[in-house]
Amino acid sequence: MKDKNKNIAEEMVKLTIDGMEISVKKGTSILHAAKQLGIYIPTLCHHEDLCVAGNCRVCVVDVEGWNTLTASCATPAIDGINVKTLTPKVRKARKDIIALLVSEHNTQCTTCYRSTNCELQTLSSEYNIDNERYISVLKKDVEIDKSSWAVEIDPSKCIRCQRCVRTCSQLQHVNALTVAGKGKEMRITTFMDLPLNDVVCTNCGQCIIHCPTGALTERRYFDDIWNAIGDPEKHVVINTAPSVRVALGEMLGFPVGTRVTGKMVTALKKIGFDAVLDTDFAADLTIMEEGFELLHRLKRKFVDFEDVALPMITSCSPGWVKYIEHMYPNHLMHLSSCKSPQQMFGALAKTYYADKKGIDPATIVSVAGMPCAAKKFEANRPEMNDSGFQDVDAGLTTREIGYMIKQSGMDFLSLEDSEYDSIMGESSGAAVIFGATGGVMEAALRTVYEVVTGREIPFKNLAITPARGLEGVKEASIIIENTTPEYKFLEGVEVKVAIAHGLKNARTIMEQIVAGKSPYIFVEIMACPGGCIGGGGQPIPTNDEIRRKRIEAIYAEDEGMKIRKSHEVEEIKQIYREFLKEPLGHKSHHLLHTKYRKRNRY
Amino acid sequence: MPNDSLKRVDFIFDKDYNCKEVLYDAFKLTRDEIIEEIIKSGLRGRGGAGFYTGVKWKYAREELADEKVVICNADEGEPGTFKDRAILEEVPSKVLAGMALCGKVIGAKKGYIYLRGEYNYLKPKLEQEINKFTDILHSELNFDFNIKIFSGAGAYVCGEETALLNSMEGLRGEPRNKPPYPTHSGLFGKPTVVNNVETLVYAVMVFKIGAEKFKNIGIQGSSGSKLFSVSGDTPKSGIYELEFGMKVSDFVNEFGDGDAKAVQVGGASGFCVPRKAFDKTTIGYQGKLKGNSLPTGGSMMIFNSSRSMYNVLHNYLEFFVEESCGQCVPCRIGTQQLLKGIEAIKKGKKSSEYLENLLALSETMRLTSKCGLGQSVGNSFSSIVENFKEEMIY
Ligand SMILES: Cc1cc2nc3c(=O)[nH]c(=O)nc-3n(C[C@H](O)[C@H](O)[C@H](O)COP(=O)(O)O)c2cc1C
Ligand code: SF4
Ligand code: SF4
Ligand code: SF4
Ligand code: SF4
Ligand code: FES
Repeated sequence: MKDKNKNIAEEMVKLTIDGMEISVKKGTSILHAAKQLGIYIPTLCHHEDLCVAGNCRVCVVDVEGWNTLTASCATPAIDGINVKTLTPKVRKARKDIIALLVSEHNTQCTTCYRSTNCELQTLSSEYNIDNERYISVLKKDVEIDKSSWAVEIDPSKCIRCQRCVRTCSQLQHVNALTVAGKGKEMRITTFMDLPLNDVVCTNCGQCIIHCPTGALTERRYFDDIWNAIGDPEKHVVINTAPSVRVALGEMLGFPVGTRVTGKMVTALKKIGFDAVLDTDFAADLTIMEEGFELLHRLKRKFVDFEDVALPMITSCSPGWVKYIEHMYPNHLMHLSSCKSPQQMFGALAKTYYADKKGIDPATIVSVAGMPCAAKKFEANRPEMNDSGFQDVDAGLTTREIGYMIKQSGMDFLSLEDSEYDSIMGESSGAAVIFGATGGVMEAALRTVYEVVTGREIPFKNLAITPARGLEGVKEASIIIENTTPEYKFLEGVEVKVAIAHGLKNARTIMEQIVAGKSPYIFVEIMACPGGCIGGGGQPIPTNDEIRRKRIEAIYAEDEGMKIRKSHEVEEIKQIYREFLKEPLGHKSHHLLHTKYRKRNRY
Repeated sequence: MPNDSLKRVDFIFDKDYNCKEVLYDAFKLTRDEIIEEIIKSGLRGRGGAGFYTGVKWKYAREELADEKVVICNADEGEPGTFKDRAILEEVPSKVLAGMALCGKVIGAKKGYIYLRGEYNYLKPKLEQEINKFTDILHSELNFDFNIKIFSGAGAYVCGEETALLNSMEGLRGEPRNKPPYPTHSGLFGKPTVVNNVETLVYAVMVFKIGAEKFKNIGIQGSSGSKLFSVSGDTPKSGIYELEFGMKVSDFVNEFGDGDAKAVQVGGASGFCVPRKAFDKTTIGYQGKLKGNSLPTGGSMMIFNSSRSMYNVLHNYLEFFVEESCGQCVPCRIGTQQLLKGIEAIKKGKKSSEYLENLLALSETMRLTSKCGLGQSVGNSFSSIVENFKEEMIY
């Protein structure tokens, strides 16, 4: 049976596309076969991350002898067929389809956030669509849903491709979005047509980066930030997350995978932020707090024989946190109590930083530059005000930062590099890799292993390779030997860890825990496929090819850092010396840790 | 349905034979021999698409799978048709026998009747029949086959076989991409034969009268007879079983009110035959869709000269605008454009040349829509517009 399957997998089919012959694996779509030949076929409902829908029909091609045209994304290559991708018949059909979409569309490109990065706009301009060809069938009086902190839905710009629906169900297992109605009433909606804020949505923003048009966008805050910057009374600080620096360049003329850290810092300073700081500082701090929290849990288990919740699971990803609050409310004790780096940073900006700089915290506007849509919701969680103020005033996505730089009119390509400001601007390579799936785990192990054994983690060049890459659930395991006396209780313990990214994979981990069968001690979970480099606030498009390049850039950034381990960062040592005293100490508890809440499943 | 309104052929409603005996004889053959017989008979699907039934069964038979499924499509959503209901009311055991025959051939142990929601009142009686029938199957024919009724979701498009499968799986009733075809990957991925109610009855009939004899009824390429739901401007509306190959002119002579100006063959997704073509058009599967031989799911609607063909078309388009599942662009928006378009022309807001745009659009819909619904909107649209242009404009 196995062998038979193998044969099927390797079976090849030969077909002709536009006069060129090609052999492809059986099951390959005509679209992908054409791509291998360098033939471009336009698509709208197709996305490499998602299952095939075949509903937009712009990818139609002509197969000799077939009665109708066929959707190339949804049709597997068949032996011997002769495909034409650009006959007048095909062109006419595509043109009609695009014109139909336009007739249903609220074409407002002059004011649309996705203008110049919209698949419908690109296609209709490529095919030179005559707006008057058909009568408008745009639905009047549809409302934009602005209820969510993170995601805005404008149904009048929706082409009903269901990419968002497939994203939310297939990649995220949330199912916040669904299809309702039929015929002309067919539309994308939420459970019971409720506002997005009132249904189970993790704010991950994956639907946004999978949407081909301006129908789904992040709620934008940059106008408020411009105003704050213009207000002389305000001290506006921004901290930027590790994954922003490897993706921002895509919006501003650089090839995918370019690191633009120095240019970004320069641009933000030029825009007028009073200080440009590094979220990585808070990421290093997270490692300290979370690492010691893990050791504390292990001590309670192995020394005090208490019933502690293991595995401990990371809590840096607010989409993931909201997911577990809704889906597994009885397992919140597995979450690390650490706030995310963004929220740690916010709490410190209005206490430690204000103090050090002698600035009245009431005048500080703390902005986070994030790859994420969920961070917008997180910043507005009511409990996040431990500094005595709202800890983080606004979360901006990578895209919003890109737009601010565009609005400023600078020539980003030719900017000089500059360094992050101090304090809270220094960090390690361990913090940088937070941006890629597996990075938090790797960073934590680099520190925890060394704390426990006094030696560096035994991986070449500190690269914990099993933690890296795009596989949905990754596992690693280290046996602890020759500990320091303080951690004798861990001698010989096998530390099994797992890493999951994309909420679909988070579910796999959680189901094991629910069943009481989780073999792990520590688990990293990120809501977005690929981790933050694939976050819902990142430049569009995002797909595996792009994720890989951003990840490479992240690891290159790490390797280029002088300091590669969180506990070795000078400013980290300093904040413990001068302010926090010790990991998990009283101040830390107050400012850097939090509690979670049970939420409803529906 | 009252038997006395039936004409010409009387196979379907003939209660004179015992399904058990037909099955008993059929089961003496090997599975491949049964398929051979069906193929030889030339039997084609009566649900609209007209696929060769024997070939469909053969495909499913050739699949390797632990489980296979037979589904009887009793969704009957086409306005103006009610022949499947009549069959289920009058001769349910023939349908069940057809399902069992198919199950035997392809190696299925489970059968489902996808019953149109509005026909739920038939359920109690059908269930009784099923119990009776499966008892006989198990005890006397030694065949382990069970049949369940599934109540339909109520949308017209759910009669499309892959939308039907989705709806049975608890998903949205949207047609799937084909391939894979249901015979390869159907209900929950299992090889599945979906057949129309009437098709299953004729499959049994092939074994009652023999493939050779069956083949000789009707015309080349369209063997056998078929149930027609006759309606519109006729003094004799009702269900009639007629041989394939009849001329529309003969049909009109028999059923018309003497003033017929058009016959709509196959309902909203079928073709309109104007008076001048009555003589040249026969009813059957043969030929190209646009040729002079027209397929039909069974609806035959006669219009006399008092009818506005604009209104007829308008009604059809309104139906499609509502009943499209809405997932694919050419169908969801195309149907709206055709409707808005003829309205605008009628009101003088668009010039008559705009009809050409719309005809071209209906061709694009035929070429690019995902399922038979969107693909066939252009049938009625182009045949009505082309034959009754004046009525569209003035
Ligand atoms: C929109 C649409 C509606 C359909 N409705 C029905 C139906 O109500 N009953 C039916 O038997 N076939 C219907 N069909 C055809 C089925 O898809 C399928 O071809 C048929 O059930 C196959 O059976 P047959 O081969 O016995 O005809 C429909 C097709 C389309 C595109
Ligand atoms: S969604 Fe695209 S086509 Fe529509 S208004 Fe925005 S940019 Fe233009
Ligand atoms: S933000 Fe995430 S959870 Fe919410 S609708 Fe979009 S994909 Fe689903
Ligand atoms: S919201 Fe965007 S992704 Fe979702 S169906 Fe509409 S256009 Fe497609
Ligand atoms: S053709 Fe119409 S009914 Fe068929 S899949 Fe497309 S939208 Fe749905
Ligand atoms: S891209 Fe193929 S149908 Fe949409």
